[in-house]
Amino acid sequence: MKFLDEYRDGPAATRIARAIGRIVTRPWTIMEVCGGQTHAIVRYGLDSLLPPEVELVHGPGCPVCVTPLETIDRAHTIANRPEVIFCSFGDMLRVPGSNGDLLRLKSQGCDVRVVYSPLDAVNLAGANPHRMVVFFAIGFETTAPANAMAAWMAKKRGLTNFSMLVSHVLVPPAIAAILEPPDNRVQAFIGPGHVCTVMGSGEYQSLAEKYRVPIVIAGFEPLDLLESILGAVEQLEVGRAEVENRYARAVREDGNPRSRQLIADVFEVCDRKWRGVGTIPRSGYRLRDEYRDHDTEHLFAVRDIETRESAVCISGDILRGLKKPHQCPAFGKQCTPHTPLGATMVSSEGACAAYHQYGKLEPLGIAAKVDPA
Amino acid sequence: MSSFGECPISRFDYDRILLGHGSGGRLTSELIGKLFLPAFGGSPLAALEDAATLDIGMGSRLAFTTDAFVVRPIFFPGGDIGRLAVCGTINDLSVAGAVPRFLSAAFILEEGLALDDLRRIADSMQLACDEAGVELVTGDTKVVDRGKGDQVFITTTGIGLVPQGRSLSIANAKPGDRILVSGTIGDHGVAILSVREGIEFETLLESDVAPLNRLTELLMTECPSIRCMRDPTRGGVAGVLNELAVASRVEVRVTESSLPIRPEVRAACEMLGLDPMYVANEGKLLAVVPGEDADRLLSVARQHPLGRNAALIGSVVSGRLGLVTMQSLVGGERLVPVLAGEQLPRIC
Repeated sequence: MKFLDEYRDGPAATRIARAIGRIVTRPWTIMEVCGGQTHAIVRYGLDSLLPPEVELVHGPGCPVCVTPLETIDRAHTIANRPEVIFCSFGDMLRVPGSNGDLLRLKSQGCDVRVVYSPLDAVNLAGANPHRMVVFFAIGFETTAPANAMAAWMAKKRGLTNFSMLVSHVLVPPAIAAILEPPDNRVQAFIGPGHVCTVMGSGEYQSLAEKYRVPIVIAGFEPLDLLESILGAVEQLEVGRAEVENRYARAVREDGNPRSRQLIADVFEVCDRKWRGVGTIPRSGYRLRDEYRDHDTEHLFAVRDIETRESAVCISGDILRGLKKPHQCPAFGKQCTPHTPLGATMVSSEGACAAYHQYGKLEPLGIAAKVDPA
Repeated sequence: MSSFGECPISRFDYDRILLGHGSGGRLTSELIGKLFLPAFGGSPLAALEDAATLDIGMGSRLAFTTDAFVVRPIFFPGGDIGRLAVCGTINDLSVAGAVPRFLSAAFILEEGLALDDLRRIADSMQLACDEAGVELVTGDTKVVDRGKGDQVFITTTGIGLVPQGRSLSIANAKPGDRILVSGTIGDHGVAILSVREGIEFETLLESDVAPLNRLTELLMTECPSIRCMRDPTRGGVAGVLNELAVASRVEVRVTESSLPIRPEVRAACEMLGLDPMYVANEGKLLAVVPGEDADRLLSVARQHPLGRNAALIGSVVSGRLGLVTMQSLVGGERLVPVLAGEQLPRIC
């Protein structure tokens, strides 16, 4: 397939991996922020191609994983109402709340539907004027334009039965939150390609300067990722800390101005709680006041929710890059994709699920390289 | 911190049937293992083959299988629920090494179903029977209230004869064996999904639904050393390979670059975030064969219209028992596990 096969070429991958091996002189810890990148790294076994000095840790970039438990419980409470058609992206369905997941609610008769686009949910509201359609609008900057468009369309069409439960999060404040604490291990970032397609590479400049950290923006194919790891190691080895765009076929410095304008028209920046991490100031979007008629939290008064997190789950440490999935005592035992204790085990973009799915239970090819150290 | 003794899992264990219980993944195996097997026992059932092989005396053996079909929409590109119901049961018999002979069909019809639609389905079933040289000899019809069924559900049961000397089993694979797939993977599942989700491509995506008995007969005749065959329906190729690895106590190693996948199917899977290894097929088989016979089996398969795109996709090794591993396109290594439930499309 054009524009894909070129970026999945085996010999080219080996060449880049060797180039990394030639220039690396000491251990470096690099974090990929985006869950899609985590998935690709593990799916293609890229970490098994890297020299042992380069350690990849996996960041908080899975929107499903970082959605707070209270919000998930609130979603479940709303989905339980008979008048509601509750719409969500597919991988949100198995995320455990305090009392089970959306799949369980569906089996109990709640009207829960998977949509591929938020605009499908808007159309559903148009076709079902006597039902309340609620769309679970989660995601990073990548999904924000489409979600903003849904609210904009619903307002334009006067669909009073369409609302969104918004739990949007933003990447730059999360990167700052990872770099701030003294126990941070991350020395360079693989930047989130899709987020930058919307927002541009410009807003990462100040992060690279303030924290003296290289940020290499990458795509999602094996060669994209290996190239960007090479770029990060090159910078680290010579002591540079710059924003480097290695996804130039999609990312411009100012991103996609029309999408950014739409986001700004519909959403405003707010403080947001991240599951496993805590509240990060100015790290999320909420609907602007003009859109309160389409704001689920405004329409449905849900009483205070008491949440129950698993006591053994270490997804917070995993999302901050302090620990890896197989360092969790519950990993692969009590906690599997079938019986997830935390959200990082549910979405295929979650680090725990990716490790479990693609064989990091016992490291396969890398065992021999890692053990002697 | 709670101790590991008190298991926190139980609150996520489901006490009702979920859609995932019908996915052919881990939830399905759990349902069979924890509910049906304890209830029914029986050694031919416990073998969990696609068809039970029964000794009926005088050296004759029967293969016996049943399958229920629910599909939305009931007419889809490349087939319909009737063709699916006939082919599915024929294929379960065929991959057991049997020659399918007789079928039964039971229809659960929803009040209001158009007779024209039912007629089309019946005609399509007869056509598939003719194609396979199988007779539909008995049947039953029930009607349920409008809203209590989804237009039509069909259950077919089939009987076949197992020629002397044939003994195929999912537990037969040995290190050194190779694995053949008879054609492109994921066609059926993606065709259904594309009509359900309204995804359009420049070329029409068609289901591969077809009776495999003539192909299996050709393969068994030309290559009697075949150890086992399976049709990778629900759960896809990955599901069957995992069953094989566990039942035969071997590691199955797949080479990603050798998987035959139609470009449209790949494109659809890329868009929806699905892995074609887990997508259903209805006219494909996997065969395990001793290494020395693999190339011959491949050339025999490719002579048959249903095996034109056959490929050798992996091998059996002794390594990590019970696991399926894959060498990725770029040379990295990973596991190919059984899915927990249904494949969930990713958010972005």
